[in-house]
Amino acid sequence: MSFPWAKQYTPSHPAMVWLDERLPLPRLIYGAVGAGYEVPRNLNYFWNFGFMAGLCLVIQIVTGIVLAMHFAPNSAIAFDSTEHIMRDVNWGWLMRYGHSNGAALFFAVIYLHIFRGFYYGSYKAPREMIWLLGVVIFLLMMATAFMGYVLPWGQMSYWAAQVITGFFTAFPLIGDGLKEWLLGGFAPDNATLNRFFSLHFLLPFVILGVVILHIWSLHIPGSSNPTGVEVKSKADTVPFHPYYTAKDGWTVGLFMVIYGLFVFYMPNSMGHPDNYIPANPMQTPAHIVPEWYFWPFYAILRSFTQPLLFIPGKLMGVLAMFAAILVWFIMPWLDRSPVRSAKFRPLYRKFFWALVVDVLVLGYCGVSPPEQPYILLAQLATIYYFAHFFIIVPLVSSIERPEPLPFSITEAVLGHDGQAALAAKG
Amino acid sequence: MIRIFSILAGLFFIVGLLWSTAVDTLAFATDGLPTSPEKEFHIEHPKALSLKSDGPFGKFDKEQLQRGFGVYREVCAQCHSLKQVAYRDLAALGYSENAIKAIAAKTTINAKDPLSGEMKDRPGLPADHFPPVVYGGKGVPPDLSLITKAREGGAPYVYSLLTGYAAQPAKLANNPETKTPDGLHYNPYFANLNIAMVPPLAADGLVTYSDGTVATKDQMAKDVSAFLVWTAEPKLEARHQTGFMWVGLMLFVTVLSFLAYRNVWSGTKH
Repeated sequence: MSFPWAKQYTPSHPAMVWLDERLPLPRLIYGAVGAGYEVPRNLNYFWNFGFMAGLCLVIQIVTGIVLAMHFAPNSAIAFDSTEHIMRDVNWGWLMRYGHSNGAALFFAVIYLHIFRGFYYGSYKAPREMIWLLGVVIFLLMMATAFMGYVLPWGQMSYWAAQVITGFFTAFPLIGDGLKEWLLGGFAPDNATLNRFFSLHFLLPFVILGVVILHIWSLHIPGSSNPTGVEVKSKADTVPFHPYYTAKDGWTVGLFMVIYGLFVFYMPNSMGHPDNYIPANPMQTPAHIVPEWYFWPFYAILRSFTQPLLFIPGKLMGVLAMFAAILVWFIMPWLDRSPVRSAKFRPLYRKFFWALVVDVLVLGYCGVSPPEQPYILLAQLATIYYFAHFFIIVPLVSSIERPEPLPFSITEAVLGHDGQAALAAKG
Repeated sequence: MIRIFSILAGLFFIVGLLWSTAVDTLAFATDGLPTSPEKEFHIEHPKALSLKSDGPFGKFDKEQLQRGFGVYREVCAQCHSLKQVAYRDLAALGYSENAIKAIAAKTTINAKDPLSGEMKDRPGLPADHFPPVVYGGKGVPPDLSLITKAREGGAPYVYSLLTGYAAQPAKLANNPETKTPDGLHYNPYFANLNIAMVPPLAADGLVTYSDGTVATKDQMAKDVSAFLVWTAEPKLEARHQTGFMWVGLMLFVTVLSFLAYRNVWSGTKH
């Protein structure tokens, strides 16, 4: 789908005409990310993170494939083969640091992309499917990142595998069997490492597939925009190329600078020192912490310390941690406000910023040791997290009085819109 | 309907949390903040250590690495292995090919004899990695190859630990529960305060430096810390240099593409 005024692909070179008649791949690209895709003219820089996330996925796949050529997924030599990559493989250190820091920056970009969605109501009709697929991508990313973290077979790798598969033992009856089935044994071992390697190679391509669906579904209604007002006329849009290729292009350069600063000057700043100690099943690390992008969810998990009626605290924590993400799936139906953008939603906007602070606090608690006062802080922050999504979002959308919306994107940008004058006359 | 279910689910989790919070906070109110000898006496921030390899333009000081290697060989290697490092890697410290051959040949490597297929002792070759170290004493001396990356605080931590042995404070020493057990040694830089490692650099002059540097305890600790930065990150110089090129090139590309962006959008308000 596309707006009626979108440019059509018209090949001029005979070879391209020939190709277009037989396999219209250039036409597809032209319509998807070329001059044939009309995009609202008023997108701000928060709309750059989707493109950047796609770039991150490509970086991860390319560096990952090279790493897989040199890595040995065997628990006896996995740690040493990682060091072999760091020391003896030409540019191996660049591939590995690029991959590990690339994963972290991928999450940073995705979190900004997701919070853009929360602020501007990108999940609302008619864009629910884009949002649902986005949450699927995020879940796949979490699984992929976790399994990738296990591969170097350091102390944190091993104990992350132990702790995370341990979540499943919280489920009654099937829990222990489920954990053994996932690990391929009673504790993480070679079978675990092998299957995690296999899945870690597979899942990025599954992500790529879902990303294609995500973009496909985006192209049905077209991109949302900071006003949340739908596109009404040609004046509201500009072609993706060259306008947004140029805008995305220069921020990609900026991203590459920041990425370079991490890879070349602080490559281990986002990692944990314990992962440079080979895995040792006989020695539990003093503080088992996940990578920073999982800290908020780790804090939620640990906040449930007491059983509720017949439900053990551990099960509550595991359910809460899953619910904390799964609730995003129903955001389009929890938030019934007809206004998309928080720019025009004074009450929701306040709660949104409270959520941002709340998630940062949860992150801080997630990396802190499980003792007071961090437990109390994490518990209060978790209460707000659940109140926000499960209670505040549905209620606010019913009671809030939104501010008046501009007639169109053009009016929001220029202060006036010829279409609006016509509509007023008619 | 979905909103009613959502609010009920939210209340369910919040009730669970309030219950956990109430129980934990009551315990917190009666017990106060957790305390332990580690919290009180462990020094989290290591002493300052400035090395030539620090910073974005840092390069290794080869003379210092050679001195540090000397300390490793004479002192640390009694108990600690260095298995990620091969003798051939020592070229990066400025040793000549012949010198490396001589260093490697001083060690005995147990390896498969290519003629008979039996495991046999032979002199080391440049291609060999540093051999495993058999240690019979108390504790498990870690391999040192990655130690400066495997400990919070990095090289300054290693330096602080080596020079941080001290007499135990009276408060801990007088309490039988916190007194350093026999065979362990008090060191406030070590996370649990009592370390099995005997103070390794107990006296000046344990090593004779060929470059004339005076081998004080402090100097030896600094040198071996610098050496262990290299063993953990032998590609540090290449990384710094490539990074300079990369960041410079990308800044240039960013400026150009920003100008292109301005050019494309000029005349289009947004």
